[in-house]
Amino acid sequence: MSNPNASGWKPGSPVSADSFSGPATTTGNRALMLEEPLIFETGSLDRTGVDLTFPGQMDLAGVDAAAPVRSEPSASKLGKFARKEAIGLPGLTEPETVRHYTRLSRQNYAIDLGLFPLGSCTMKHNPRLNEKVARMPGFADVHPLQPVETVRGALEVINELAFWLIELTGMHSVAMSPKAGAHGELCGILCIRAALEARGDARKVVLVPESAHGTNPATAAFAGYEIEDIPANSDGRVDFDALKSRLGPDVAGVMITNPSTLGLFERDLKAISDAVHEAGGFVYCDGANFNAIVGKVRPGDLGVDAMHINLHKTFSTPHGGGGPGSGPVVLSEALSPFAPLPYAARTADGTVHLVEEESADSFAQEHFGKTLQSFGRMTAFHGQMGMFTRALTYILSHGSDGLRQVAEDAVLNANYVLRQLEDVLHAPFAHSGPCMHEALFGDKGFAEGLSTLDLAKGLIDEGFHPMTMYFPLVVHGAMLVEPTETESKAALDQFIGALRSVAERAKAGDETLKTAPHYAPRARLDETLAARKPVLAWNGEVAPSGTPVPSEIGGQ
Amino acid sequence: MRYLPLTDADRGAMLDAVGASSIDDLFVDVPEAARLDGPIRGLPTHAGEMAVEKHMRRLSKKNLAAADAPFFLGAGAYRHHVPASVDHIIQRGEFLTAYTPYQPEIAQGTLQMLFEFQTQVARLYGCAVANASMYDGSTACWEAVAMASRIARGKKRKVVLSDALHPHYAEVVRTMAKFTDDEIAGGAPSLTPAPDDDALIGLIDGETSCVVVQYPDVLGRLPDLARIAEAAHAAGALLIAVNTEPVALGAIQSPGELGANIVVGEGQAIGVGLQFGGPYLGLFAVRDQKHVRMMPGRLCGETVDADGKRGFVLTLSTREQHIRREKATSNICTNSGLCALAFSVHMTLLGEKGLTALAAENHRLACLAAERLAQIPGVSVLNESFFNEFTIRIGRDARDVVRKLADDGVLAGVSLGRLFPGNAELHDALLVCVTETSGEDDIDALCAALKEVLS
Repeated sequence: MSNPNASGWKPGSPVSADSFSGPATTTGNRALMLEEPLIFETGSLDRTGVDLTFPGQMDLAGVDAAAPVRSEPSASKLGKFARKEAIGLPGLTEPETVRHYTRLSRQNYAIDLGLFPLGSCTMKHNPRLNEKVARMPGFADVHPLQPVETVRGALEVINELAFWLIELTGMHSVAMSPKAGAHGELCGILCIRAALEARGDARKVVLVPESAHGTNPATAAFAGYEIEDIPANSDGRVDFDALKSRLGPDVAGVMITNPSTLGLFERDLKAISDAVHEAGGFVYCDGANFNAIVGKVRPGDLGVDAMHINLHKTFSTPHGGGGPGSGPVVLSEALSPFAPLPYAARTADGTVHLVEEESADSFAQEHFGKTLQSFGRMTAFHGQMGMFTRALTYILSHGSDGLRQVAEDAVLNANYVLRQLEDVLHAPFAHSGPCMHEALFGDKGFAEGLSTLDLAKGLIDEGFHPMTMYFPLVVHGAMLVEPTETESKAALDQFIGALRSVAERAKAGDETLKTAPHYAPRARLDETLAARKPVLAWNGEVAPSGTPVPSEIGGQ
Repeated sequence: MRYLPLTDADRGAMLDAVGASSIDDLFVDVPEAARLDGPIRGLPTHAGEMAVEKHMRRLSKKNLAAADAPFFLGAGAYRHHVPASVDHIIQRGEFLTAYTPYQPEIAQGTLQMLFEFQTQVARLYGCAVANASMYDGSTACWEAVAMASRIARGKKRKVVLSDALHPHYAEVVRTMAKFTDDEIAGGAPSLTPAPDDDALIGLIDGETSCVVVQYPDVLGRLPDLARIAEAAHAAGALLIAVNTEPVALGAIQSPGELGANIVVGEGQAIGVGLQFGGPYLGLFAVRDQKHVRMMPGRLCGETVDADGKRGFVLTLSTREQHIRREKATSNICTNSGLCALAFSVHMTLLGEKGLTALAAENHRLACLAAERLAQIPGVSVLNESFFNEFTIRIGRDARDVVRKLADDGVLAGVSLGRLFPGNAELHDALLVCVTETSGEDDIDALCAALKEVLS
């Protein structure tokens, strides 16, 4: 492969780590890579970055500089609970605060810096229009319990987004309140349990294929079910015969991920659904990877009863260092009556109603002609509104043609990565057909003593965030690469070149990989020590006066 | 399509490279019958920034923003001033567009922030350890109940909820308990000037795994946490304290100091904003380090790197779903990282000095509001004690009054009828919240409007 990088980087000839360990600096800093102490080490109890001049105390005219009216109440109402001791919270001034967090930010890899190929996590470009819209005061500065008449626009956002989610999935309704993907899984499983209980059917078992996300079995167990694994066939897909033979009157349903975490489309999903339904159970589909098929196929047409949609993945809301997410759950007609409160629904006259406990019974009677069967409430308010505005903005920006292109480009990019690397990295399911959104590799062929972890750390030195490691569990030393649709061919070629070179080093037994990364803000971190002797909070005193405490790190 | 960098020429070259004649070859595993052709029904084709922004702005204008009205709503979501630098920092791409810090060597920014956040929350709550955030206060409350059940090893099944726990929080716990065999005791609050701690204590027995008490409670009153903690501990139960307004803890003693074993709450008030109910920030802490391995959610811990430098990693993941699967302490995967960052930055800007001054200002204005509202004929203030939120009785269904005041451009508070629709005794009560964003002139506007409606 030709060198795709104009800056002089050459695949296959890594620079020795030793040549980069220059002289130590007195501060511990290295040019633009700055060490940063904790706020507890530099802040103090009497320093603050907020100016406690409250509204009404500023006289812009300056003519009458009399002190602003400031009344004092006759008595405190805190009773005997008034705080007596200091809390121990350090403060910094505004410039110190901005610098602290700006310096910290520079120690993070992010999608804004480059390709972030975490399989199953779907890290794609975050359009900034979404951020602008979410901050409009009519969305950002409204209270969840404001009178319904004052939040019509917010309800329309929920309703409009709900409409497209139903349309894109071919389902019957959508519960908008789940706060994240795993919360949505719980919502779907609870709908299934409520539907079974409504017909007096106490089924106990949920079947989960071994390629499932770890949240799937955890969710079903949390909802009170026993979990049974279903094996994969040699293709990596769910073993339909094994599944079918396990179906029976004790099986509440199956949780199946499609496209799967092996990057494959479950061809038999419709047949699986039919078999599960025939046996009286329900089909939950983990929709974490919906971005690969949006606009191309509707899960409802494959017989799915419930599926969560990670808005942050498919419809691009920022992942923010681990969250917030948002996990609306689309439901089949059979499960719709059991959806949790609150929800928003459009009635025949076109108006949008917020259906809460107060209105739920009468609403169900009046508009659906049946009594309410909701399984209850999953969260305090209506869900992740700030994510809804972003997701709707994204859907409208892409439109009908763009959403389909998203799926096609995501799949094309993943297949390109798979085929460009299958000669150097073991690709256990490359024979199983095209991959969908992600390419799966294993560690077969690595030199003795070198692991997937070492390869990942080597990739950090090449300037990339590593792929998902050791997942799915069915592949030894698994590496799951999801490039997404927002990468250009040039960016993919550069990544492929880097991964190829690190893979070749892993196969050749390059020992320097064992101590990688060499150029990151930190060398390899001791995770065993962290778990064995957990230090989960800073335990020192905060300086009482404004004198900064010397930094433990900067002083070394 | 400005977010998609591949050109048609790229696509052609890449299809050649993978050996496919067309994109449909890559979707060959999708059954023919299930494939979609043609445009998505009703959805227009892609639109430019101007068009989309215009559409969304039109929708946003249909809402009455809190800043555009005298505003007095609380009940689990609070409006406070957020310094401009908070939003500036959370919009830095290195924070905004990063993922869960699975590769600690290149995620020290997020990890150090989470370590600082955990310490801030632990101190605020008077606890040893806090986790790296959860979805929101209500789900954190349920997770605390589930954790207490785990600690009781299923031998104790009774969960005692205070009558004055936020009804939506109570509803989340009741909903989840339907599926776990936990038995829930507790009902709706009675409108008494002080919480009925004796009645709550009377519900605690040897079958009780935990007692859940909100502090300040949903009517704004301050329960005697220390007494309740003592009674719970005497019966071998854990006390779970729930706080929905963290600013209050700048003025009142922390739940941990008063004996709560698990403290959970909503962190939205600091840094996050109202956002029509989400995303919010679930806070979760334990007073005793020994309970750490039973905690749900992410934890960030301190360690060293190969060169001996201090660094941070996600730790104790053996509790988590990606390792333990169906035996995990919780199914939670994501946290509220970006909201935790907003909280932490705002808290750093405040510091002890700013937080206590902010709390004092909230309390001053709330006291003034209570005194002025009490002057209106037909209005009585219920609370003996409160921080920045209290309950008034107005002798009429407060839902109607709130709607009428909204027509006049005043967002007056949360009617208890909205919160407790099934309980007619509470319908003449209104929960009023006053923060530093409501000046004395706003309080006067509320009083004038209410007086007019009630006359």
